[in-house]
Amino acid sequence: MTQPILQLKGVEKSFGSNQVLRGVDIDVAPGNSLVVLGGSGSGKSVMLKNALGLMTPDAGQILFNGEDVTHDQGREREAMRARIGMLFQSGALFDSLTVWENVAFRLLNAEKMKRSDAKERAIETLKKVRLGSSVADLYPAEISGGMQKRVALARAIITKPDLIFFDEPTTGLDPITADAINDLILEQVKALGAAAVTITHDMASARKVADEIAMLFEGRIIWRGPASSIENSGNAHVDQFVNGRADGPIQPAI
Amino acid sequence: MSDGSTTNSSGFPNPLAWLGRGAIGLFAETGRLAIFAGRTKAAAFTPPWNLAQIWKQIVAIGFYSLPVVGLSAVFIGAALALNIYTGGNRFGAEQFVPNIVVLGITRELGATITGLMLAGRVTAGIAAEIGAMKVTEQIDALKTLSANPFRYLYAPRFLAACITLPVLVLISDIIGVMGGWLVSVFALDFDSTTYLRNTIDFLTMEDVVVGLIKAVIFGAVIAIMGCYQGSKSKAGATGVGRAATLSMVGAAVLVLASNYMLSTLFVRIGI
Ligand SMILES: Nc1ncnc2c1ncn2[C@@H]1O[C@H](COP(=O)(O)OP(=O)(O)O)[C@@H](O)[C@H]1O
Ligand SMILES: [Mg+2]
Repeated sequence: MTQPILQLKGVEKSFGSNQVLRGVDIDVAPGNSLVVLGGSGSGKSVMLKNALGLMTPDAGQILFNGEDVTHDQGREREAMRARIGMLFQSGALFDSLTVWENVAFRLLNAEKMKRSDAKERAIETLKKVRLGSSVADLYPAEISGGMQKRVALARAIITKPDLIFFDEPTTGLDPITADAINDLILEQVKALGAAAVTITHDMASARKVADEIAMLFEGRIIWRGPASSIENSGNAHVDQFVNGRADGPIQPAI
Repeated sequence: MSDGSTTNSSGFPNPLAWLGRGAIGLFAETGRLAIFAGRTKAAAFTPPWNLAQIWKQIVAIGFYSLPVVGLSAVFIGAALALNIYTGGNRFGAEQFVPNIVVLGITRELGATITGLMLAGRVTAGIAAEIGAMKVTEQIDALKTLSANPFRYLYAPRFLAACITLPVLVLISDIIGVMGGWLVSVFALDFDSTTYLRNTIDFLTMEDVVVGLIKAVIFGAVIAIMGCYQGSKSKAGATGVGRAATLSMVGAAVLVLASNYMLSTLFVRIGI
């Protein structure tokens, strides 16, 4: 068996009395696309933030290429982050910087690339997400939500990472724009040969981008299988989620 | 009480529990603030420096504060002159107006008023900006892109405030003394030349330096409170608003408290 690029082992995380993750076990093989389903507030974002080291787990381990990075700081942490791209739920573009400065942020800051070279790379990468060079000098507030998602995608892929996290890439977009974003994600991840972890509650998105699907419920991964088996998972929770029914083992979060 | 609530059975707050919890919370908060301040200073005093960011913050903090600093200074100087005149009048000491105005402004009021005005304008602005970045995941994004927020966001604001405040206080000193002069000459019938001569005779380098040292400390307080509260901001518009309010109140109290401590220190060491 090949070494997984990312492994979460028994990861637990609580906020006060709110136990969000209660022992998450999951792994991702290099070049593989894993989609994690889960309801709103089920802890999907918290899971990603623990994997990235933006939060520290209360218990459990995070392994990156087989190495324990759970408590890494400084140089080791940066070495890991240089190999990972992240598309945040809200896009998280820096609103005081132009589009190209956002896309080239890592090149300009961590890698100290010359501005003219970095801008060239940024415009090349914007082209990959179907954005023309005319947006390069605009500010994030001056472009539409769908375009912001593309810019955020360009920022996540510019350094050719081995692993990319997508936090609800299509939430808040209309179905047509959402589908276009899914196509772009699929195309770019395949082009890089990168592994991808996408968290979403959008089934259309999951069916499109997943090699494998897992389901996060009550702080644990309760089901996992190939994307093709999602319709007959034999799991009542997964069935309810796939078919979008309010009644079933999962209580709506309202 | 088993549930640890601070309300007893009659529904009134239990003052002891309330005080105890407040005190523990205050110590914990002070500790967190001290750690945050330490990390900011460490990032500020070691290279590499982000000169573009520092310059941007100097303009934002310094240049755009000029109107508010100038206006506050002229009114404080004018009011000070009026009050000293009225007070001095009671035992025939009204000729000391220029001396006391210049001493009061340079040692105390120029710095304090500037510190307080900036605790409003600048601290709240920094907290709101950093808070908005926090809740839109921009701070997390910085970290994933290998940029340290202490280096990239907090240190430039800290340095800019520590550099800018003394300059603003110097301007405030000049305009404050001018406010006193205006009132004295045009409302209190002082002779302009005599007033200015007395001012310059009484002005000492030490008094000005005392005000400028205070200014550097106030700059540090203002930037750190803004960054600290912003970085802890909770999601939503109310979260960011609350961060801005907390930072402003905290900075204003700390400016006044550190002013008192510094004044005591300077009196002790005889300057
Ligand atoms: N920084 C935090 N502090 C406290 N609670 C948090 C924090 N981040 C997330 N939570 C809580 O964790 C739970 C899961 O949140 P999240 O992972 O964002 O859900 P989602 O699955 O929708 O992404 C929520 O109840 C949320 O309130
Ligand atoms: Mg989320």
